[in-house]
Amino acid sequence: MNKIISKRKLSEGIYRYTFENKELAIARKPGQFLILRVHDKGERIPLTIMDSDSEKGTVDIIFQAVGKTTNLLSDLNEGDRILDVAGPLGNPTLIENFGRCVAIGGGVGTAVLFPVLKALKEAGNYVIAIIGARDKDTLILIDEVKAISDELVITTDDGSAGTKGFVTDALNQLIGRDDKIDYVYAVGPVVMMKNTAVLTKEHNIKTEVSLNPIMVDGTGMCGSCRCMVDGKERFACIHGPDFDGHKVDFNLLTQRLKMFEGREQESMSCGCEKKEE
Amino acid sequence: MPGPKEIIYMPAQDPEKRKKNFDEVALGLSEEQAVSEAQRCLNCKKPLCMQGCPVGISIPEFIMLIKERKFLEAARVIKKENLLPAICGRVCPQEDQCEKACVLDRTGKAIAIGYLERFAADYEMKNSQHKKEKGAISHQPSAISSQQCKIAVIGSGPSGLTCASELRKKGYQVTLFEAFHKPGGVLMYGIPSFRLPKEIVKYEIDNLRKMGVEIKVNSVIGRLKTVDQLIKDEGYSAVYIATGAGHPVFMGIVGEELNYIYSSNEFLTRCNLMEAYKFPETDTPIVLGKRVAVIGGGNTAMDSARCALRMGTEKVYCVYRRSEKEMPARVEEIEHAKEEGIEFMFLTAPVRYTGDEDNNVKKAVCIKMELGEPDASGRRRPVPIEGSEFEIEVDSVIVAIGTNANPLISDTTDNLEVNKWGYITTDEEGRTTKKQVYAGGDIVTGSATVIEAMGAGKKAAHIIDKDLCRDRS
Repeated sequence: MNKIISKRKLSEGIYRYTFENKELAIARKPGQFLILRVHDKGERIPLTIMDSDSEKGTVDIIFQAVGKTTNLLSDLNEGDRILDVAGPLGNPTLIENFGRCVAIGGGVGTAVLFPVLKALKEAGNYVIAIIGARDKDTLILIDEVKAISDELVITTDDGSAGTKGFVTDALNQLIGRDDKIDYVYAVGPVVMMKNTAVLTKEHNIKTEVSLNPIMVDGTGMCGSCRCMVDGKERFACIHGPDFDGHKVDFNLLTQRLKMFEGREQESMSCGCEKKEE
Repeated sequence: MPGPKEIIYMPAQDPEKRKKNFDEVALGLSEEQAVSEAQRCLNCKKPLCMQGCPVGISIPEFIMLIKERKFLEAARVIKKENLLPAICGRVCPQEDQCEKACVLDRTGKAIAIGYLERFAADYEMKNSQHKKEKGAISHQPSAISSQQCKIAVIGSGPSGLTCASELRKKGYQVTLFEAFHKPGGVLMYGIPSFRLPKEIVKYEIDNLRKMGVEIKVNSVIGRLKTVDQLIKDEGYSAVYIATGAGHPVFMGIVGEELNYIYSSNEFLTRCNLMEAYKFPETDTPIVLGKRVAVIGGGNTAMDSARCALRMGTEKVYCVYRRSEKEMPARVEEIEHAKEEGIEFMFLTAPVRYTGDEDNNVKKAVCIKMELGEPDASGRRRPVPIEGSEFEIEVDSVIVAIGTNANPLISDTTDNLEVNKWGYITTDEEGRTTKKQVYAGGDIVTGSATVIEAMGAGKKAAHIIDKDLCRDRS
């Protein structure tokens, strides 16, 4: 179980793994995530499930090697096993025929967006995808997204691909068109989700965002992932991870995500010998 | 409070030394101590102690065997009724159960049954290990028979472990599903190693595997598969739900979402299961700073406070809204915490927290309380004293005020009735409102003890067996 059968490097530091886990492949639905652990002293980290093939019994994840666990994960190769994989976790994204949808993915968040986009399309929506990244090298899944969306807009911060600017600039232009937008789904860096929600609130467009707080168990037993939504305490793992973007306290989420920043460096500097094992 | 601990002293690590390590605090009785304590037992014709035991251990019988220095036989007698004596001997509140019922308790000299239980279990573990016959005398399935029924047990805490073991002994095929990457439930993530060494839990779980119980970790039932799927698609004849009450309660006061305010579940899971106390040798961090306030007065609060102390903090406050007398924690734990230097603030409750510009908690604003009329629990209700607010400076807070029912299973199971607090409704024998589905432990009763959860697991195993036999006949 959990044997990696395909490892692909999508861009610098961003990888796509396909691994075997039949039960998970069958159970998972768009918007759900898993929690994995790479070695016996390892941390549990949540990653969104990007895709799965229930017949082959395989699951796809995409991750960016930024912290210790993701770096150790990136050291694994085809044939290796991921030590622990628990999932699917979280509630599936609510998929309906909303009408005209805009699905926005920022950075590696595009991996999270992909299954939702696919499901929205399959549910009969007209789907416009906006994919944003820092530059052309950090854009991922462009061909895959293009294949399943009615329209695709690409933005980069530096203009090295697509339009120069942020995803919210592109969204603003779409809102300016004649066709009414019925639904927006956004996932990516917190500031991008926040700005998206601010914009759609002005125009009164229903908006769901997928939150990525720090987690331990992912089953509602610890409260590490608690967020404030509509002034109420919610656990992203069992009440989310999707929430009404107009009601999320994004500033709090940003600050809570910084809780262990200092420790990550310390952990990384203690990780080299483990890579040799 | 009088008790056996005045009669017999169990050696313990020195407080100054132990507050810097996670090694076991209470070191266990010597053979001589155990025999001498056993000699005090009156071997009553009608042993009241047994009525105080939720699993009905034949207490005088095993104590008499200790008296005769037949230690392995003593362990065998205990294990007939109790799968996990090394664990119960350490964490059971015997002072409220068997020892309270002991006829000698009236004179303040109850037999130290818990210490003796631990002694026998440890002796057996040590000696069967020496002979490389781990678990040799414990449990072999008694009647692997025509009973090819499969049973699913959800949750590998004390209740699930017991139910799985009992059913296996009756010859059923048992699969134990655990959401975490390691089995043991609260015994692994909750109770710290200085109170319950993890090797003991692992030893007992290995025994279960040897008996032929299949343990599936990383299996979040309710998400990976539903209870209905286990029955309909996978052919389980019965499902026992023992998922615990693991959903932390916060007070709902201003500032509780600040950084470094943890639920005790989060703090203890990071510390015990993920071994954050070894960071950065292990990868899971925890940040406490210099001053920690633990909110609550139960065993979980004591565990949290004592773990926090061992992680190198300078000051650990234990803030409890009633007085010491009303504390739900075991007397022994409170004493240990005091010896180690935990500072208790009784009749005090936080009313809000304030933080800095980075959202990090800095102060707990507290209010003094006084005790009013008894409430539903029979304990005097704490009433805030107006104008008594004061601040304590803190770098972190651990909220240990209890847990609620986790909704993961009940939300995903058809026709499973829960009460208004979300706990699963069962009849007295553990049957839920859904056919073939049983439940027990904290997910039925709310937070209780290890031994009560085990008692429920044992009872459910017998009822499952009875119901399945009846259905077949």
